[in-house]
Amino acid sequence: MNWIGRSLPRLEDPSLLKGNGSYVADRIGNAASVRFVRSPLARGAITGIEIPSGTVVFTGRDLSGVKPIRPILHRPDYVAIGQPVLPVDRVTFCGQAVAVVVAEDPARAEDIADRVFVDIEGENAIVDLDAALATGTAPVHPEAVSNVLVEGRMKTAGLDTAFEEAAEIVTLELRSHRQSAAPMENRGGVAVYDVASGRVTLTASVQMPHMLRTGIADALGMTESDLRVIAPDVGGGFGQKMSLFPEYVVLVWLARKLKRDVAWIEDRRENFTASAHGRDQAFSLRGAFAKDGRLLGLDADLRSNVGAFSCYPVTCGVEPLMALAELPGPYDLAEYGVRSRGVTTNTCMMAPYRGVSRPMLTFSMERLMEVAATRLGIDSVEIRRRNLITAFPHRSPTGLVYDEGSYLQAMEAAAKSVDLPAFRARQAAARLRGHFLGVGFSVFSERTGYGTPAYAARGMEIVPGYEIVDCTMDPSGDVVLRIGSSPHGQGLKTSLAQLVSDELGIEPHRIRIISGDTDATPYGWGTFASRSMVIAGGASKLAAGKVAHKLKTIAAQLMETTAESITLENGWARVSNSNQATAIGVLARAAYHQSHRFKGLSPGLHESAVYDPGGTFSNACHVAIVEVDIETGGTRIERFIVVEDAGVLINPMIVDGQIAGGVAQGIANALFEEIIYDESGNLLTASFADYLPPTSAEVPEIEIIHMETVSPESITKAKGVGEGGAIGAPAAVVNAIVDALSPFGIQLFELPATPQRIREQLRRAGVATHG
Amino acid sequence: MKPAAFDYFRPASLSDALALLAKYKDDCKILAGGQSLVPAMNFRLARPAILIDINDIAELDYVHADDRGLHIGALTRHAAFHRRVVDGPLGALFSAVARHIAHYPIRQRGTFAGSLAHADPASEWCLLATTLDATVVAKSARGERAIAIGDFFNGTFSTDLEPDELLAEVHLPPMGQGWRTGFYEFSRRAGDFALGMALAALRIEAGVVREARLGVGGVSDRAIRLRKLEERLVGGAASQEMIDTIAREAWASVSPIGDIHATPEYRRDLVATAVKRALTEAAA
Repeated sequence: MNWIGRSLPRLEDPSLLKGNGSYVADRIGNAASVRFVRSPLARGAITGIEIPSGTVVFTGRDLSGVKPIRPILHRPDYVAIGQPVLPVDRVTFCGQAVAVVVAEDPARAEDIADRVFVDIEGENAIVDLDAALATGTAPVHPEAVSNVLVEGRMKTAGLDTAFEEAAEIVTLELRSHRQSAAPMENRGGVAVYDVASGRVTLTASVQMPHMLRTGIADALGMTESDLRVIAPDVGGGFGQKMSLFPEYVVLVWLARKLKRDVAWIEDRRENFTASAHGRDQAFSLRGAFAKDGRLLGLDADLRSNVGAFSCYPVTCGVEPLMALAELPGPYDLAEYGVRSRGVTTNTCMMAPYRGVSRPMLTFSMERLMEVAATRLGIDSVEIRRRNLITAFPHRSPTGLVYDEGSYLQAMEAAAKSVDLPAFRARQAAARLRGHFLGVGFSVFSERTGYGTPAYAARGMEIVPGYEIVDCTMDPSGDVVLRIGSSPHGQGLKTSLAQLVSDELGIEPHRIRIISGDTDATPYGWGTFASRSMVIAGGASKLAAGKVAHKLKTIAAQLMETTAESITLENGWARVSNSNQATAIGVLARAAYHQSHRFKGLSPGLHESAVYDPGGTFSNACHVAIVEVDIETGGTRIERFIVVEDAGVLINPMIVDGQIAGGVAQGIANALFEEIIYDESGNLLTASFADYLPPTSAEVPEIEIIHMETVSPESITKAKGVGEGGAIGAPAAVVNAIVDALSPFGIQLFELPATPQRIREQLRRAGVATHG
Repeated sequence: MKPAAFDYFRPASLSDALALLAKYKDDCKILAGGQSLVPAMNFRLARPAILIDINDIAELDYVHADDRGLHIGALTRHAAFHRRVVDGPLGALFSAVARHIAHYPIRQRGTFAGSLAHADPASEWCLLATTLDATVVAKSARGERAIAIGDFFNGTFSTDLEPDELLAEVHLPPMGQGWRTGFYEFSRRAGDFALGMALAALRIEAGVVREARLGVGGVSDRAIRLRKLEERLVGGAASQEMIDTIAREAWASVSPIGDIHATPEYRRDLVATAVKRALTEAAA
């Protein structure tokens, strides 16, 4: 029985669907309620904090022994910024926690927080990315006088020549406005103090429980063994729940200080103002094209607004350095010059959000291709055909090595699926009736499942990447897999069970996977960056493979044959070319209870394995067909097609779910979601009345076609697929809008392409609504 | 996200509710569906000292039609209009408009009268009431008064209701079979408040417009009745040319507000589009 490749219903779902999931807010128990008092101003000097008498309130002065959160990149161009857990002197963004209230229930805590008066001498805030780069602004942090916290540059030797030889130079200014990952469950934590041992257990809605333990222990100067971190069921993370936030340090500090249990359940306004944002980026691109449409050279100035602080552990380099390294994308580009900066402002901190820079990179490259195609009179598909990488492994100008992919084949399949000639005929007929249809393509590759080499190359002091998996078969023949990954909705437990089932010859429901508990799992890096199936999957396969080998050795001794002639399937160890077999459960019991019989074998069935791969590139082509209402500027997505190559699919249904969810967030990026600050740094979009995720009414059915390129870079043959949907969709949607509006010669270079922005362009093009 | 402390009353009769209003006046808020008030309280944007929950007052839960028109009691939910509450064009219009109001669960709780009392300028019901000459019946321990809808809205979230008054009923005049209506709304997502909308009602006889009602909402601090344009419509045919003219004049006549959701220029464009589409539907 092969379990890999089957759309097995998710093992996680029965309990979640029956309401038996257990989230942080389900685990408050008798804990006291914690409420943070947050800065009403984006920037200024704290001159006093008035605390109502008879209340339990702590400020930065009380936490003076706590170290600031200060992630490090070992690069000469990186400026390390410390984020005080609670500030003493200054506030740096609106919504920053400045004091903490402990009360008997959430309403009382909020009442008290209302009465804590923070006296701040306000200063002019720096909000806008390019304003922060303008000379003469008082810097956000004195350590970074230019407001640049990280900067990377490179230039290949032939770049200038490429521009000299270009038949067409395309210059673009592109903008992506800020977004929030907006997970369904906000952040939250419960810190439980054990009086007997002095240990604290922090249960929190996070993606990296081990990292959180290290970060908190370092900040508080405690030993890691005195802290246990549990990530229970987590209602979405998308990167927002990777980072160490001050609130979690404060919770553990409070539990130890007060010797009692404390709980903080973040509300939506806090999540919008003070968790993390992303995608606030401005890119200036120059592309040098040959007459035949080949991209000869690319010169880029990339700016990312990283907000007030640097996220721990990945740092504020995560967006700018990703942008620098991966801008060329799926295209065979020889000459590349780039300057990429992370710019600090008086706004909420940037942290990874599904796709990290690549939605903007792909948007930029795909808009570049479209503009070049139009200028050079080449078809959209044809210009990509002439530029896509077709020989692998491919070394990019930034030194990345792309493993086998199907860039061209995926695009051809996508073009075929929409029947372009038929669409063009329908488009022409619709235009005569005043309906404006358009088709847009987006081709990209996505580096996934990368281990320590990739992070070390960034100069990170804390280098994540590997995963350790412990695999134990108990005497009944059931398996427990302990993983350092920390799934939170991805269905990873089902996929890993399928993988391990095939190694051990038992059914997936006999495999229990333990994650998200630092007391019960090996040190690991959690779930992010499209990594878990590749890396935790690889380590699981290796660990289970070791257990399988031991089972075969035991079986061979019992049945007087060689281990090589044993296969494990359907619960049995079978001797090939014979009808001799032993139940795996019998072998498991023997491994524990008859261990004296097996020479050269240690007792039991417990193995551990590590996997630390270099990374593997998945790839996809997205196609959107849209209709634009030229009088309202509204866009309706008629069809959305994804041709995806993620190697071997362990569970195709789960992969489809990842793609569909990613595309929905990509559509949000393309058309709907935008975090807006006013010029003083006040957040104007602090609720779902003003920040607009699309609903099921706005997201069409996602049509998915799979391709399968097997890469030697992944031992499970699977490539990562968590982020691709979000990466490809914005470019496809906006290209489709521009195609729809081509009779008016309109170009769009800004995300999201809201009805107002589209209408603004149409108005400028002379399309009135009142004529 | 927890409301500030408040006292809570749940009177079982209208007279009890009015007595409480008379006693506490400005300190209290009426709770009907709570679909706007409760979020505002959770954000602590609204901090009423006292809530008077009218959900037990059965005498306010009615909608009925008679020869004077349609009478809508204070507890009538949006969802009551999913099905036609009255024969003819008025019931059909209510039913069509109701489907633009938020989402199904919200429509089960929120009330028609509550929308008017809340006075959100982007509310569909406020536009409908303004355009179709509604009358608001306000009751207090002092008595009862009828307020013409044109005198009711004072601006965003502000009405002519006195602190001791309860919006007990809304009355709409009848609409005979000769009327045709049109409604168009543009919002970012299904169920969002309108960035621009228009409602048109025309009584056409032998190809000639005899009576016209036209209003726009989501544009300024309250729904606007476009009476001058109604006059332009009367006496001629509702031709494409006439509709374009009216849309152009609507575009020119409004002074839209700007906010994070829409600039004044964009709202003005939407006004023209909404007027054109609402009139086109009504004239079809």
